[in-house]
Amino acid sequence: MPTVFIPSLMQDLTGGEQSVEMTGSTVREVITGLEDRYPGIRDRLMDGFRLKGNINVAVDGEVSPVGVLAEVGESSEVHFLPAIAGGAG
Amino acid sequence: MTTTYEPNVVLSTSEYSVVGTRPIRHDGTDKVTGRAQYGADFSASGLLYGKVLRSPHAHARIRSIDTSRAEALPGVSAVVTGADMPSTRESDPADFGLGPQPMKYLRDNAIAREKVLYEGQAVAAVAAANVHVAEEAIDLIEVDYEVLPPVLTAPEAMADDAPILHEDLFTTEFGKNTGHNSNVADHFQHRMGDTEKGFAQADLVLEREFDTATVHQGYIEPMNVTALWNDDDRIHVWMSTQGPFQFRDAIALALEVPQSQVRVTPMEIGGGFGGKFPLYHELAAVLLSRKTGNPVKITMTRKEVFEGTGPTPGSRVWVKIGATREGKITAAEASLKFEAGAFPGSPVGAAAMCVFSAYDIPNVLIDGYDVVVNKPKTAAYRAPGATHAAMGAETVIDELCVGLGLDPLEFRLGNCAKEGTRRADGPVNPKIGGIETLEALRDHPHWGAPLPDPKSGGKVGRGLAFGYWFNAGLHSAATISVNADGTINLLEGNPDIGGSRAAIAMQAAEVLGLAAEQVHPQVVDTDTIGFSFGTGGSRTAFATGWAAYEAANDVKRQMVDRAASIWGVDADSVEMEEGIIRSRTDTELSMSFAELAGQLNETGGPIVGRGSVNPPGVGGAFAANLVDVEVDPETGKVDVLRFTVVQDAGKAIHPSYVEGQMQGGSVQGIGWGLNEEYHYTEGGHMNNSSFLDYRMPTSLDLPMIDTVIVEVANPGHPYGVRGVGEVNIVPPPPALANAIHDAVGVRMEVLPMNPNAVMDALWRSNGS
Repeated sequence: MPTVFIPSLMQDLTGGEQSVEMTGSTVREVITGLEDRYPGIRDRLMDGFRLKGNINVAVDGEVSPVGVLAEVGESSEVHFLPAIAGGAG
Repeated sequence: MTTTYEPNVVLSTSEYSVVGTRPIRHDGTDKVTGRAQYGADFSASGLLYGKVLRSPHAHARIRSIDTSRAEALPGVSAVVTGADMPSTRESDPADFGLGPQPMKYLRDNAIAREKVLYEGQAVAAVAAANVHVAEEAIDLIEVDYEVLPPVLTAPEAMADDAPILHEDLFTTEFGKNTGHNSNVADHFQHRMGDTEKGFAQADLVLEREFDTATVHQGYIEPMNVTALWNDDDRIHVWMSTQGPFQFRDAIALALEVPQSQVRVTPMEIGGGFGGKFPLYHELAAVLLSRKTGNPVKITMTRKEVFEGTGPTPGSRVWVKIGATREGKITAAEASLKFEAGAFPGSPVGAAAMCVFSAYDIPNVLIDGYDVVVNKPKTAAYRAPGATHAAMGAETVIDELCVGLGLDPLEFRLGNCAKEGTRRADGPVNPKIGGIETLEALRDHPHWGAPLPDPKSGGKVGRGLAFGYWFNAGLHSAATISVNADGTINLLEGNPDIGGSRAAIAMQAAEVLGLAAEQVHPQVVDTDTIGFSFGTGGSRTAFATGWAAYEAANDVKRQMVDRAASIWGVDADSVEMEEGIIRSRTDTELSMSFAELAGQLNETGGPIVGRGSVNPPGVGGAFAANLVDVEVDPETGKVDVLRFTVVQDAGKAIHPSYVEGQMQGGSVQGIGWGLNEEYHYTEGGHMNNSSFLDYRMPTSLDLPMIDTVIVEVANPGHPYGVRGVGEVNIVPPPPALANAIHDAVGVRMEVLPMNPNAVMDALWRSNGS
């Protein structure tokens, strides 16, 4: 089951849980599962069907170029990260 | 095997026919002879010249703008202000790969509307028959300002009583709007382990706070643009840019025209270093062209570049690290307060990803703050944010080593991040070359050499620092067409910075068994190639090189199929290696790439290969510096006597250009460390907006920068490339700071470490 790491500033929604195991084959399904367990978390992460502009998701260390459409495997790690502003040098 | 260290060493781990060699660059002739076309060279029939009126105030409300006198001046064709821009969809996200921002901020930074937020912000623009009339005209535009108090640093802007820049800006905390209107656009945190527990395990815990100044990229070619809004409503823009596709998309979105209506042709570029991604005078040029029906050209002066474009920000960095007497780091904390400039979007996120990522630390807490101030909106600059962060972390690590009596190189080796190490922001490292980088420095003769004699009677010291940058991947496209003479034309969409044409072409040549000279690479406009993210983020040789690799493999497959068709055999029985196509089963069936290329038109038509990638497998990179300095204790002047940079390139496609990046990044880091800064008055006026007063190091100031290229192949790339353009700017400032400490015994807590700063530190240490 994929492991989702909860950003420290969102752990108020998870009762202090730093990481949780969550079913799902895409990031979107993982977020849906998170919302079922921790109501309010979806609104912190997403606007409509997309991640909020200032949030990225990394699956197994790679920032997803397709946002919540990224596939996750049984042993995947999912991290939500602040989007990198200032960008490329 | 013993390596003989001479200047510019390549510790190569894999050999290829073309990759890793040093052919002459494809654009060399045009650039050496002056025939290369830069934006300022561009001309067109009916060309008008634009000039931008810029704010003299760092913070003011615009009460009114009267352009009537300018419009009446003979020779003036049009004037535009912010009122000429669309004002709908202001809250729509405008994210072109450099961080998200609302459309309103993108437009306001291009031409101010309600407020000006920094000196130099565009307020209006004029198109005229020549630049002199345009200059005269902008002086005739009357702007009524209500001047407001400015705030120039992050700590000042975070104060409760600070002037507020944006009435509509509310602090967010990882997706949560706090409802607090302030200059803090965003606060985020990375936490791993328990730092309190970690510090309790340490034998020595040290902390320091650092202030770094605003620094410009210092590209030699000023920003320029020519825009034509044609009679068919198509917009064509010729410009100096690192990201033609981002500009296409930004112009289309800001002006609410279809993306397909905009075409951007990147001209040759005289440096960018991250600074030539954001939108500035381009919207003004396009709007002036729409009003006049003529092409309009705007070229910035150096003063406009300094005052009106994005530098890398000033920052306040606090770092606390604990270690055992055996040399194990047990915990680390950092607070990173970065100036975003006038609009949100500093590189503090990247700084947080890098501040401790060179090391394997079990307990980490990092807080990042993105803070708006009355300075130009910051832009990227080589490894944005990582240099600020390294100044803090690497200085405190050096101090820990001194305090614990430990060798600073062995200390870093013992704590170095490696494959499997989890970074504080979450991800686990793939294969990385930090340890190999440090080992190469340890093996370098500079490490064991005695300190050089002082040249001017000062005190001599040596400093070491280490740096990490994560690099980028992102989208790239390339196409290849085969010529009848056996050469190929390679089209790509990345402006050539630092020899990227050659590095991309060489990867295609390697696949096809051609010489680098048999590839004709061209950088083309946004109508001619698929979307390619810009030249930056150390991504071009990695991702666009990969696209060229894919396009070449596509050509290779088609060449094999064509040969099989000609021979009447199964394609599976045909192979192509080192430029020869042959049957695996019949030795009589063999021909060269050029022989087959000459038969394409009569055997089925031309062959065109394509590659489009958005590659995973980006490999993080490391650089280490060793620097010897001489400090004059009477004046505080610091001279660099010897400088060695070691960097993991993964694979150096063209080692000369990798060495150029390493030397260039090192020199920029030295300038950042010792000289460069925006001097502001209290009112937010920049006092040194020329290269005479904004002191960048020249070849006369520095010794030769010795390079060592380490190659720990990135398993995520066909040739092991990691990207080389950025990490080299990360360690120079702390390496210099540590060398200054070694020389005169004071810890530097500010950048730049100019004579004033060094003397201040010396006087403080003396109790003066």
